[in-house]
Amino acid sequence: MEPKKNALFVQGNHACFLGAVRAGCQFFAGYPITPSTEIAELCASEFPKMGGRFIQMEDEIAAMGAVIGASLTGLKSMTATSGPGFSLKQENIGFAIMAEVPCVIVDVQRGGPSTGLPTQSSQSDVLQARWGTHGDHEIIALAPSTIPEIYTATIRCFNLAERYRTPVILLLDEIVGHMREVLVEPPADSIEIWNRTRPTCSPAEYLPYRHTESGIPEMADFGSGYRYHVTGLCHDETGFPTNDPKKIDRHVRRLISKIGRHRDEIIEYSTRAIEDADVVLVSYGSSARSAKRALDDARAAGLKVGLFKPMTIWPFPEEALRLLANRVRNFIVCETNMGQMKLEVERIVGGKAAVHLVNTLNGEPITPQSIVDRIREVM
Amino acid sequence: MILAGLILAEAAAIYENKNATQSQSYGPEARGGASKSEVIISDEDIDYPKATNIDLLLALTQESCSKYAVDLKENGILIIDADHVKQLPKGNYRVFSLPILTAAQDKVGKLIVANIVALGALVEISKVVTSESIEAAVLSRVPRGTEELNRKALTIGIEIARAAL
Amino acid sequence: MFNYNEYLRNEKLPHIWCPGCGDGTVLKAIIRAIHNLQIRKDDLVMVSGIGCSSRTPGYVDFNTLHTTHGRALAFATGVKHAKPGLKVLVVSGDGDATAIGGNHFIHAARRNIDITMILYNNYIYGMTGGQASPTTPTGSFASTAPYGNIDPNFDICALAQAAGASFVARGTAYHAPQLDRLIEKAILNRGFSLVEVMLQCPIAYGRRNRFKTANDMLKWQKEHAVSVDAAAKMTAEELEGKFLTGVLFQKERPEFTAQYEHMIERLNPHSEE
Repeated sequence: MEPKKNALFVQGNHACFLGAVRAGCQFFAGYPITPSTEIAELCASEFPKMGGRFIQMEDEIAAMGAVIGASLTGLKSMTATSGPGFSLKQENIGFAIMAEVPCVIVDVQRGGPSTGLPTQSSQSDVLQARWGTHGDHEIIALAPSTIPEIYTATIRCFNLAERYRTPVILLLDEIVGHMREVLVEPPADSIEIWNRTRPTCSPAEYLPYRHTESGIPEMADFGSGYRYHVTGLCHDETGFPTNDPKKIDRHVRRLISKIGRHRDEIIEYSTRAIEDADVVLVSYGSSARSAKRALDDARAAGLKVGLFKPMTIWPFPEEALRLLANRVRNFIVCETNMGQMKLEVERIVGGKAAVHLVNTLNGEPITPQSIVDRIREVM
Repeated sequence: MILAGLILAEAAAIYENKNATQSQSYGPEARGGASKSEVIISDEDIDYPKATNIDLLLALTQESCSKYAVDLKENGILIIDADHVKQLPKGNYRVFSLPILTAAQDKVGKLIVANIVALGALVEISKVVTSESIEAAVLSRVPRGTEELNRKALTIGIEIARAAL
Repeated sequence: MFNYNEYLRNEKLPHIWCPGCGDGTVLKAIIRAIHNLQIRKDDLVMVSGIGCSSRTPGYVDFNTLHTTHGRALAFATGVKHAKPGLKVLVVSGDGDATAIGGNHFIHAARRNIDITMILYNNYIYGMTGGQASPTTPTGSFASTAPYGNIDPNFDICALAQAAGASFVARGTAYHAPQLDRLIEKAILNRGFSLVEVMLQCPIAYGRRNRFKTANDMLKWQKEHAVSVDAAAKMTAEELEGKFLTGVLFQKERPEFTAQYEHMIERLNPHSEE
């Protein structure tokens, strides 16, 4: 019996690990938490064989700190957690934003608040991903729906983190993290890998937080001869704390605009059957699987339904959805939370169309039938 | 049993040109009590990953049979362990009551391979994948050195199913 | 005269510390120790958390990392584990290291990871204006202990030793020359090393606790510090109310990053690294 070539039948968490390896990740620090632990376990068993480094830290906060420390030495670094741990990590995610340290944080979402539903799914960290850490900031977050998507999204998270010197969040959920599907790893040369830009100037000339044309300063590895200062305080181009209102303003604006002005490169989304759609489903992560099934069932019944599926959920593919809202009268957001993305869709649509919600809050996925029922109601 | 589900899905997805997903129950119930492995096999894309309207349920305990039979479709296949499931759920099912655990213990010699015996029976009854595919999938997943034991378990499973067909 | 300029970021001076503060004394001792050990500035990473002591890295010309409150050891662990060739120094305070950062402190000690921690113990939260810390002596006054501190306090050195640190020492700002030696020994130790430095905070602690000047506090250090050697010849009554200085504990133990390297070698027997 000949097996399918290069095909693996793996969990989403495993695909995430494989994507991280392909992206060049060499450092993982974490703390055990369901339903993300498989990622840590794979790193623990495989990294030392590949010269990478794993460490189980004393808590979630420490894991995030260690990831940032490792990244400052030049290693691509990641951690994985779930809701309660993601809450604890927010402090140092803010540090990574402020100090512009590339890293990837995987949040395999489970039900909440608090300890919630450790072994069941939810998408209720969508706004925590966006606004979990304090202070004004931009964030990049991706929410894949299938095992092959998790693989490529993980690679993309590292690419985006490196290119934009920022933490990037991979928002999985228990369903896609734990389910198994076929993954065919693409050939290495078909995958683009981005690395952080390192300085080429002399150490004396190096400005670690220089206002470059792209908005992204060059990043030197600790120990490479460029001695510089990294702080979570507001700082100027030299990296040292400043109280100068002009410099502070310029710094914070750059941190935000370096993401905003590259939206076109960062944002990815897909659509299905939207050309003639009267109703468009908006969904992501595991819920997008239910939405796609509902769409196919509804189309088979003659209903004109489309699907708008953001892969990058932060920043949200705002322009594309706004264009769609010029024509479509009804959007149905399908997500396993109380409408966290619905809020964003409502903001973008700006009253031009009705925005409805189909959700579950009990750890179970949304059934395609419940979406079809809702489609019939709004049509 | 979770492993059996995984192997079945793998047989379809890796050794036959089908789509398959597998998911399972986590948490306390997976460490004793009823645990569940859900497999969907299709020629089309599989979007919704939970098994609803089930074609086939394999239940080795009374608890799991009572708990999960509600999702079995009309005329669906219900394979149960003859010694451990005594109360049949209400409904119109094609029931196969097989001595799976006993066969594992007495004919294969190891109770631990009951899941593979069950898998052999399941494939023989349902024909959801070929016996070649399931054998290849089993052999690729089991620990080295246990291939013969598992091959035997699979054969015994097929035999006890044939006897009931 | 020792020339500190080679190690200081002079353009960042004057520092933010108050007049009479002991932090500068420790900063200078750290610089002298690093100079004496001839450590390359490029190879040294200094990590801190939040608080007065944690501003130290801003003034020194190394790879410097000023992190979040209590988390210096977590970041430092990442740096050291990722690049074991780097020398990693953590500077922290009593509140930073043993209150909000207490968990990281005991676990860094438990792992015996090769990090040298210089802990500035001034018995108070100075940066935020004088709140009680885990080392504020029972009965002392702080802005959050206005009727006298009812909390017992940590013996930080005992805590580090119990948690697994392979080198534990205590010095004072008064005994500055001794501090150089202690820091040198701490850096040379392959493992987690702690140097606790008892030092004065005349503004946030001293004023509330009947110390009129910084000199009074230095005098207090002089009168209450007893070297390990001297203590060996003293009775329990004579040691009442005193604290020990010098190397309090040293014991070789497997170091974390070395153990990880061994594991890598074990798993990759044929690699040529």
